Amino acid sequence: MKSLAELAEIRERMKDKIVLREGNNDIRIVVGMATCGIAAGARPVLNAFVEGVNAEGLADRVTVSQTGCIGICQYEPVVEVFQSGKDKVTYVKMTAEKAARVLKDHIKGGKVVDEYTITYAKKA
Amino acid sequence: MIRAHVLCCGGTGCTSSGSPKIQETFASEIQKQGLSDEVKVVQTGCFGLCALGPVVIVYPDGTFYSHVTVEDVPEIVEEHLLKGRVVERLVYNDVADGTAQPELGEVHASLSDTNFYKSQHRLALRNCGVINPENIDEYIAMDGYRALGKALTEMTPDEVISTILDSGLRGRGGAGFPTGMKWKFASGNRGKVQKYVCCNADEGDPGAFMDRSVLEGDPHAVIEAMAIAGYAIGADQGYVYVRAEYPIAVKRLQIAIDQAREYGLLGKDIFGTGFNFDLDIRLGAGAFVCGEETALMTSIEGKRGEPRPRPPFPAVKGLFEKPTILNNVETYANIPQIILNGAEWFSSIGTEKSKGTKVFALGGKIKHTGLVEVPMGTTLRHIIEEIGGGIPNGKKFKAAQTGGPSGGCIPAHLIDTPIDYENLLAIGSMMGSGGLIVMDEDNCMVDIARFFLDFTVDESCGKCTPCRVGTRRLLEILDKIISGNGEMEDLDRLEELSNYIKSASLCGLGQTAPNPVLSTLRYFREEYIAHIVDKRCPAGVCKKLISYKIDPEKCIGCGMCAKNCPADAIHKTSYVAPGHKLPSMEIDTAKCVKCGACMDSCKKIQAISKG
Repeated sequence: MKSLAELAEIRERMKDKIVLREGNNDIRIVVGMATCGIAAGARPVLNAFVEGVNAEGLADRVTVSQTGCIGICQYEPVVEVFQSGKDKVTYVKMTAEKAARVLKDHIKGGKVVDEYTITYAKKA
Repeated sequence: MIRAHVLCCGGTGCTSSGSPKIQETFASEIQKQGLSDEVKVVQTGCFGLCALGPVVIVYPDGTFYSHVTVEDVPEIVEEHLLKGRVVERLVYNDVADGTAQPELGEVHASLSDTNFYKSQHRLALRNCGVINPENIDEYIAMDGYRALGKALTEMTPDEVISTILDSGLRGRGGAGFPTGMKWKFASGNRGKVQKYVCCNADEGDPGAFMDRSVLEGDPHAVIEAMAIAGYAIGADQGYVYVRAEYPIAVKRLQIAIDQAREYGLLGKDIFGTGFNFDLDIRLGAGAFVCGEETALMTSIEGKRGEPRPRPPFPAVKGLFEKPTILNNVETYANIPQIILNGAEWFSSIGTEKSKGTKVFALGGKIKHTGLVEVPMGTTLRHIIEEIGGGIPNGKKFKAAQTGGPSGGCIPAHLIDTPIDYENLLAIGSMMGSGGLIVMDEDNCMVDIARFFLDFTVDESCGKCTPCRVGTRRLLEILDKIISGNGEMEDLDRLEELSNYIKSASLCGLGQTAPNPVLSTLRYFREEYIAHIVDKRCPAGVCKKLISYKIDPEKCIGCGMCAKNCPADAIHKTSYVAPGHKLPSMEIDTAKCVKCGACMDSCKKIQAISKG
């Protein structure tokens, strides 16, 4: 290594790999991964979020993690979005495609995707 | 795409309780579940909660698992990593200890929520337990080597020194000498004379292990800091003097040095600035005196580790008679962050004269044995009760010992003292390297003083008479007192001799060796008097002054005590107490070895007492 630029390059490349351990991110996306969730297809949803967050360079402010059964098995796969200072948003019957839209509209755009939420599903 | 990291502690504590095997099992179980592409297993340095090892943390949740066994691993992988359900029975939870009152149903799954971590301020330990110490890229990701880059390209050597001076950083090895001052003294004639930068990793205080943990958990921080020091004073060679008893630290440091060389962060023309610096490890054989700076350098030179008189100070005539600076591991661990964040940032932490944080190795009668880092000025009460979780088994706090064999005891009535260099000296102890041993009512203070004296007598190098002979005589007087043969005049003799040793010894070892005696005499004189006048050890520790007795009215004659007695000192009598069927037992005090096994075997009836 002969320059500060090279050092910065390594730092940038590695940062995304370590940011996971800081855990103090503003936004937390939690995917329900109990038996019911997995059976209903939560794994591709989780993968879509993990890959999407990294691809969009959101890893420094968004954490994707998993949780157990939330208790509304008929709505699985369930995804909850926690953001400090805002109400929790619960998305239901998620798919990888819906995950991509949540990332784009809600996480990046700040606009909740109403038609995927539990309130909407209950009304329908 | 990796979505979770499993961090396995690879510090000495967890390694000895089996963490390498646990890490292996994680890797194989994760593969078995087909999660290899999603979950990464990382070995890290010490998390600090050594009593709870082996320790595993799962990110991004930060779930903290304690006392993990190989058998637990498949469950964690299947439940947590595959299905997302935290394995609650393994989660460290200070709620269960009764030390916190959480809301209903809340489990303190995340480490940062626990009392142990909440009020810590981790600077020197910031990467310990976070990064893989054997991977330089992870250190770089945490801003590693950026401070070296900044120093070399944006600062003059004098600016580096004044930053360290202004930060108020003082030596973390014990004496608390201002680090910037040390560097300044050695900074003359840059480029004209050979100079050296040394690191004191000869951590010898019984119970202290913060330097080991930094080397094991974040070795690059020390390397980076030493290179910065080299730039500041104009040295191109450094030595880390580390004891051979720290094999994991030595191995990781060597790996780190090799990686830094490979990246060109050590060697010639670093960052293309023309600055050269390289580093080598020198292994110490574990002599306590080699933690003293002049003895350490004598040892690096290949001679027998003995101190030499100062002046000349190392900054003038140090290693191989060349100007040398010598700092402790923890001191170095603070340097890169001071360079990056500025002197003002650092000096905003701590007290008026003691800046920054201090790492303490908590040990003794305390719930959470381990490493804690707190801002200077934190009270002893906060460290013991909040972070350390208090004294186990409902016992009462009696004293805390800081500074190891060079320090003293802080009695219970001074528990609210804010800990910094000045306050500790004022109450007759010292910061030392940061060992903090907590004692409860079952500890005899005369015995504690004797323990440390015994250590210094062993470790005195023998070069100067006050230390070699004086400490031996002190120990003999203490032995006389604990065996019940003490006289009141012995207390004056102890004090007089202690003061002679302090003022006449050649190096820090002898100058501080009497401190455990003086401070216990100051705060626990009545315990010495009880040993001398009443021939009694109030804590029931000194064997020659205690005897075990069986109450014939309580004894039911079951014979369990006699069965457990290793000295065959307990026999049946002919006396049968009213209401009992069997004759009571009796201890032959001439044969008794005072092991206490009889008392332990009589817990239910409690017919045996100690006094």
